[in-house]
Amino acid sequence: MSTGTLDTPAPRPPLTRKDLRADHPTWCPGCGDFAVLASFHRVLEKMQLPHERIVTLAGIGCSSRFPYFVNSHGGHFIHGRALPFASGVSLSRDDLHVFVFGGDGDGFSIGGNHLQHAGRKNIKMTYVIMDNSVYGLTKKQTSPTSPIGFKSKTDTTGAFDRPINPMNTLLASGATFVARSHATQVNHMVEMFERAMKHDGFSVIEILSECVEFFPGAFDTSVPRKGGSFVAIEEKRGDGSPEDANRHDPTNLESAFALANEQWPGVFGVFYQVNRPTKNALEAGLIAKARERTKGASDLDLLRATFNRLR
Amino acid sequence: MVSSTNESPVPGGDIPRQELINDAVIRLAGNSQDGIQTIGGFLARLAGRSDQDVITYMTIPSTISGGPSIFQVRIGTGEVLSAGDQADFLVAFYQHSYEAHIGSLREGGVLIYDTDHVKPNLDDKRFVNFGVAITGLTIEAMGGAAKDKGKNMFTLGLLARMFSLQVDKLRALVTERFGGKDEGILRSALVAFDAGFAYPADSALKRYFKFAEAETPNARPQVTMDGNQAIAYALVAAGVRYGAAYPITPWTSIMEILRAELPKYGGIFVQAEDELAASSLAIGAAYAGHLAVTGSSGPGISLKQEMLGWAVMAEIPLIVINIQRGGPSTGLPTNVEQSDLMQAIYGSHGDAPRVVLAPRNVEDCFHTALEACRIAREYSVPVVILSDQSLATRIEAFDEPDLDAVFVPPSLDLRPRSADFKPYALDRITQHAPPGTRFEGTYPTVSGLEHDEAGHPTANPAMHMKMTAKRREKLKKLAATLERPEIFGEQEGDTLLVGWGSTWGPIREAVRRGRAEGMKIGQVHIRHIHPLPPELERIFSRFRQIFVVEMNDEGLYGFGQLASLLRARYALPNIRSITKTDGLTFKVREILEGVRRLGGDAVSTFSLYPDL
Ligand SMILES: Cc1ncc(C[n+]2csc(CCOP(=O)(O)OP(=O)(O)O)c2C)c(N)n1
Ligand code: SF4
Repeated sequence: MSTGTLDTPAPRPPLTRKDLRADHPTWCPGCGDFAVLASFHRVLEKMQLPHERIVTLAGIGCSSRFPYFVNSHGGHFIHGRALPFASGVSLSRDDLHVFVFGGDGDGFSIGGNHLQHAGRKNIKMTYVIMDNSVYGLTKKQTSPTSPIGFKSKTDTTGAFDRPINPMNTLLASGATFVARSHATQVNHMVEMFERAMKHDGFSVIEILSECVEFFPGAFDTSVPRKGGSFVAIEEKRGDGSPEDANRHDPTNLESAFALANEQWPGVFGVFYQVNRPTKNALEAGLIAKARERTKGASDLDLLRATFNRLR
Repeated sequence: MVSSTNESPVPGGDIPRQELINDAVIRLAGNSQDGIQTIGGFLARLAGRSDQDVITYMTIPSTISGGPSIFQVRIGTGEVLSAGDQADFLVAFYQHSYEAHIGSLREGGVLIYDTDHVKPNLDDKRFVNFGVAITGLTIEAMGGAAKDKGKNMFTLGLLARMFSLQVDKLRALVTERFGGKDEGILRSALVAFDAGFAYPADSALKRYFKFAEAETPNARPQVTMDGNQAIAYALVAAGVRYGAAYPITPWTSIMEILRAELPKYGGIFVQAEDELAASSLAIGAAYAGHLAVTGSSGPGISLKQEMLGWAVMAEIPLIVINIQRGGPSTGLPTNVEQSDLMQAIYGSHGDAPRVVLAPRNVEDCFHTALEACRIAREYSVPVVILSDQSLATRIEAFDEPDLDAVFVPPSLDLRPRSADFKPYALDRITQHAPPGTRFEGTYPTVSGLEHDEAGHPTANPAMHMKMTAKRREKLKKLAATLERPEIFGEQEGDTLLVGWGSTWGPIREAVRRGRAEGMKIGQVHIRHIHPLPPELERIFSRFRQIFVVEMNDEGLYGFGQLASLLRARYALPNIRSITKTDGLTFKVREILEGVRRLGGDAVSTFSLYPDL
């Protein structure tokens, strides 16, 4: 048995993808979420994060079953509340790598409010939204990203509520890393994952992930194999070349919004990335300051002093 | 009531009489911005430092801009159980204060009024009328520029003189409170105080009062605080370092304290975007291996129900605090009610057994919160603390807890686990391995879905039954360890008063008064609401009639919430209810009236078909 502790992990063999797999996914054969899972396994293998410090968390939905399929610590919470749940994990445990997975309903509908606050507080974690533009688990109702005209069990003659624009929503949330990918593009997903994981702050990736059961073909327009085109964002390289002037600068919020507003199916890649202090760091600063003022008094001493004041 | 234990005319001419008292109810009536809470706070703290007992009671308007407000202080040499039915002294700052509260002054009581604002009916000879130009004298003392700010300190000085209070101790308290800030503030506070103290109150009143000294000074110094402070500091003592909440009256002061205090202890308290996020955050911290807290009042607690269900299913230790106020909906934000008991026990969907505890006074807020933390850890279960508005805002003095004995350092158990580790093993209480724990083999997933012993989701009917039983059985295990309640007063006889939460004091006082009047009456107070403590049945069998006294509605079938529960549990037809919902705490008189009103007939008068 291992005798490792948090501070001195015992030496171990490198992680393989096999170590990272858990229960066989219960998704429908052909569901886009399989590819997302596969690329996540690939990134973990590549990055060799300490296995016990990987936490995968989720709300409710087909996509939110993700944590069961990764051999890591995991939490399967309630519908729409994965982000505050993950925030509690992240803020209280700086030693963990916190990942959150979920669907478009979970993230943009019932949990939409939480997205804004995780973004504005810049809580350190990576959030992956598998957008299938339909409610999968509850079997085909309109989702906040379903296109106008989409026929679902709650819109039998075609949806007419304007869909939200995920990228706009994510950029407006204040998230410090916002990217978009596609479940048919494994290499692209791996790259986005890797960059998101290395980002110090709230990183979000929206991944178009087809629900073969209830919205097949939803994203064909961005699948070359199906006659569509997958347009990747060309990022500024700073090489001084004339082409570079037209490339996207991910630190520029305005041009990120411009990309977000491009005609569906839009572009893929990193829309936005900046460094802003995380809530984790700011809270740690608050603690450090408070501790400085208390001059190293023990918890018990502090409490005694408080009670003395209450006499 | 002022009980004159000794009237000792001081020899020598016209020196006023000193009246030795051991209990006084002082009601201060003004506007919320007059700082009457400050006067009350100083009086309470002084009592605490003088080995006396004290209970305060206040009403604040729920409007932002302030408005009529009272602060009542009852000080006693000996046990003080309630803030008092009637005032012995009424300080009225305004005409409206006088008119609204003169009815609460007992006959023979002293009315102290600001002659600059109040014109009392001086023909009313039931009271001793004592007018002082409080506003004018304060302005004069403070040099004219200060308007009437400082009126409260002037009044404190006046009361110090009237009650021969220990001025050194009071000045020390004032210095502690205002010192450190702007020096000018402390100076003017003391100037106003001294002016009040210099006022020859005793010559106008022809007497002054003095509290009897405590006969048996407490071995430990007393601390003075309100119920919310007691809960907050107990959580810190019990090793809680993480939590999250959203502001709502009267819960908010707990989150404000924790937000300010926890960083000193290396912890974090988050103001979340709403109650759903707050409880999710706290549960996240709990899942991460800490004991965490969330809390709210009525409407916010309703929002937390789905998360609470998750914590029950996942068997996560969590402290949930409900500072009850009047409901339903936004109800009575600044008034008291005990109408969330059923919600605390049964709220959330499904069979979701959790522990519910209710503190009985401020000191007990401290100990209940400690106990809640211990139970949550030991039984891996959410524990609800049901306090209420009156406990949250009332100040009491009590013996300082032995902090060395109760202190629990925070802990995070990350010992590595073997391959066959099962968090939800059926043969023992659930033990989680938080993230960060090294596993041999498969890592666990914690979920709101029904699961097997390893935590894997399952819809197997047999497993659901087993796990449902497991979650229920640990509460039964806990029940077996609970202290059996003691009976106060008559050990058997005619009437047993049963209560829970903040009604403890008034009920106890009612039993004392009832016995003095010859009633065979006793009291049992239930702190462990769910599960119930053992042996209640035996206690109930010793009394002819059982009245459950609680601040909620009698309901469709004539029973308050705890009464309904006890009826369901013990199937006793002689359990009946004394309830009220006026948003105010029980008066001792109201309880005894209830007993007399219902006393004669031993069986319920309730009929399912009242018209038949
Ligand atoms: C409070 C609550 N409301 C509703 C549901 C039912 N529900 C489960 S999943 C879901 C939507 C799932 O859609 P999405 O988040 O897009 O995930 P997908 O299944 O498509 O991956 C709904 C409405 C629930 N579990 N909890
Ligand atoms: S219903 Fe759709 S989203 Fe859910 S598993 Fe099947 S294909 Fe995937």
